[in-house]
Amino acid sequence: MFLEIKDLSVKIENKNILKSLNLNINKGEVHAIMGPNGSGKSTLANVLAGKEDYEILNGKINFKDNDLFDLNIEERAQEGMFLAFQYPVEIPGVNITPFLHSAINSKRKRMNEEEIDNLSFAKLLKSKASDLGINVDMLKRSVNTGFSGGEKKRYEILQMSILNPDLAILDETDSGLDIDALKIVTDGVNKLKTKDNSFLIITHYQKLLDYIKPDYVHVMINGSIVKSGGSEIAAEIEKDGFQKFQ
Amino acid sequence: MNSETLNTLDSYSKNKYKYGFVTEIDAEKPKKGLNEDTIKFISQKKNEPGWMLDWRLKAFSKWKKMKEPKWANLSFPEIDYQDIYYYSAPKGFEKKPKDLSEVDPKLIETYNKLGIPLEEQKVLAGVAVDVVFDSVSVATTYKGELEKLGIIFCSIGEAIQKHPDLIKKYLGSVIPPGDHSFSALNSAVFTDGSFVYIPEGVHCPMELSTYFRINAENTGQFERTLIIADKGSYVSYLEGCTAPKRDDNQLHAANVELIALEDAEIKYSTVQNWYPGDEEGKGGIYNFVTKRGLCAGKNSKISWTQVETGSAITWKYPSCILKGDNSIGEFYSVAITNNFQQADTGTKMTHIGKNTKSKIISKGISLGKSQNTYRGEVSFLRKADKARNYTQCDSLLVGNQCGAHTVPYIDSKNNTAVIEHEASTSKINEDQLYYCRQRGLSHEEAVSLIVNGFCKQVLQELPMEFAVEAQKLVSISLEGSVG
Repeated sequence: MFLEIKDLSVKIENKNILKSLNLNINKGEVHAIMGPNGSGKSTLANVLAGKEDYEILNGKINFKDNDLFDLNIEERAQEGMFLAFQYPVEIPGVNITPFLHSAINSKRKRMNEEEIDNLSFAKLLKSKASDLGINVDMLKRSVNTGFSGGEKKRYEILQMSILNPDLAILDETDSGLDIDALKIVTDGVNKLKTKDNSFLIITHYQKLLDYIKPDYVHVMINGSIVKSGGSEIAAEIEKDGFQKFQ
Repeated sequence: MNSETLNTLDSYSKNKYKYGFVTEIDAEKPKKGLNEDTIKFISQKKNEPGWMLDWRLKAFSKWKKMKEPKWANLSFPEIDYQDIYYYSAPKGFEKKPKDLSEVDPKLIETYNKLGIPLEEQKVLAGVAVDVVFDSVSVATTYKGELEKLGIIFCSIGEAIQKHPDLIKKYLGSVIPPGDHSFSALNSAVFTDGSFVYIPEGVHCPMELSTYFRINAENTGQFERTLIIADKGSYVSYLEGCTAPKRDDNQLHAANVELIALEDAEIKYSTVQNWYPGDEEGKGGIYNFVTKRGLCAGKNSKISWTQVETGSAITWKYPSCILKGDNSIGEFYSVAITNNFQQADTGTKMTHIGKNTKSKIISKGISLGKSQNTYRGEVSFLRKADKARNYTQCDSLLVGNQCGAHTVPYIDSKNNTAVIEHEASTSKINEDQLYYCRQRGLSHEEAVSLIVNGFCKQVLQELPMEFAVEAQKLVSISLEGSVG
């Protein structure tokens, strides 16, 4: 099993957010999690990535034969987990290029691969950027600083394509995007998809799933997955909302 | 005065009586304590003319009546001036390590991280090096090139001998010996430092650095530097080195004076990385520095850039007196304090001439249990029509046991003056750390990256090669601070 979440219960500040959640993802699969606001979708993404604000009450997560709770945030990232943030944070004064260069090399180090030098990295970054229709001038800027909402999301996808994760979690990546930006972002995801990597797409709306075809759709209500199935579920939600699942 | 000092002084004055200060063996012995004889001894040892000795003695008599300035947000035990060596050449000769194996391995580790070549490491660590290595011959080459342009670049001691007119005219002209007790102290007992004179219209073709001065090894504890840029000239001067220096001295009180005449520009960059004391706050340098620049002529410019990461105590306010019309003063500062370090640093911009402009960018980073204060004074005198100041003070806190303080004074006697002040204090942002770590960077790498980003506005003012080293230094200063 590639990712196995078993009976996961999580609380934050005395509030139970995830309740006995189960989810299995195999290599090469695209899963979508849909649910209303406050159902715990983003919490799931952050618990997977290792954010430290949460208290794990119960459950186990296995990722690529590791007990995920044995790994800290950066170790999970280096093992190939990537979270595209809902609200990417600005880091003033930190240039995008060296930032990503350090990121890719820390992953390579863990994988006992040779580090990539400045020049090769600059080339790689340029080519990936142009694939995603990102202006090269953007690469001279500071991480997320002064970016529009759309630019931030596009830059998340650029990072994803550079780091080439085994499991990419997209947390409401579609929120705040106009249709053109949405196309660029979803194109990027579709280009990255192989039989060896998996995607977990968290979304509120069905719109994103018009562009990325999930193999499985899960409905999350009140901290648990209440229904799983194919893309027909997304259509149901589009039609009737989340009401009938609650 | 303790008994040891009394004994030392006693034997010292006896020697003086007997031999009149000429015996070489006696002359090499460092003496503790401060009195007129100590000053005479220093002056004699440096073979100075009578007027210089008089100047020193005058400063000393002022010092005796003065008390240390108390404005700073610093706490430290009282300094016993009689328990200090005022002349110790060659530096620490009794304890000089024979090779690098005798040097603190932590220091060597830092040198290696900074990528400093082995031969240079030896010099920095105070190992006796008698081979002539590359940089010395490089220095000689540079010296020849500078001489061709009429640039004088030598030790202050040499300048007193060879250029008395310039020394008499300018020494103490920006920082009068009686300014405060540390300037009086320095004026009385300074032993080394740099002298630079750039002739009219000359653009100095290279960054001048003490590193390139042949006798740079012994820039002592009471350093005195004087830089004069004549009309229309330009010079960029680098002080120090990013590598931590081994130094047994506890008290440092350097004075640096800059004079820019009409249309001249001086850029002065410092990286201060003296021993900050250990994790428990034991030891470390007390660094009381007075740096002041005078924009004497019209359209002149003086720019200070400092990266302060060392010393147990930093007390330092590189300032500009903007006397010439249209003159410009700038101050860019990064001060990082960790463990039990205390820094009280900032600047003073005094606008005297019309259309004078000043800019202050200060970035303070506090970690551990340290205290970091920005203290600045911007004043506009009556005739400073249309003068402007822009001040930006940003503080970054890492952890919750440190402190950041901002103390800006503004005083305007001219109602056409324009003053802008921005200040911010923030804690290192958990979301930023999370974001960086989610991309695979370790906690330490992430902190270092964020802090370097925070300092970028200042670091980019440093000359290119220096900036790269300074970035590494910033990262090293943060080590062990996050767990």
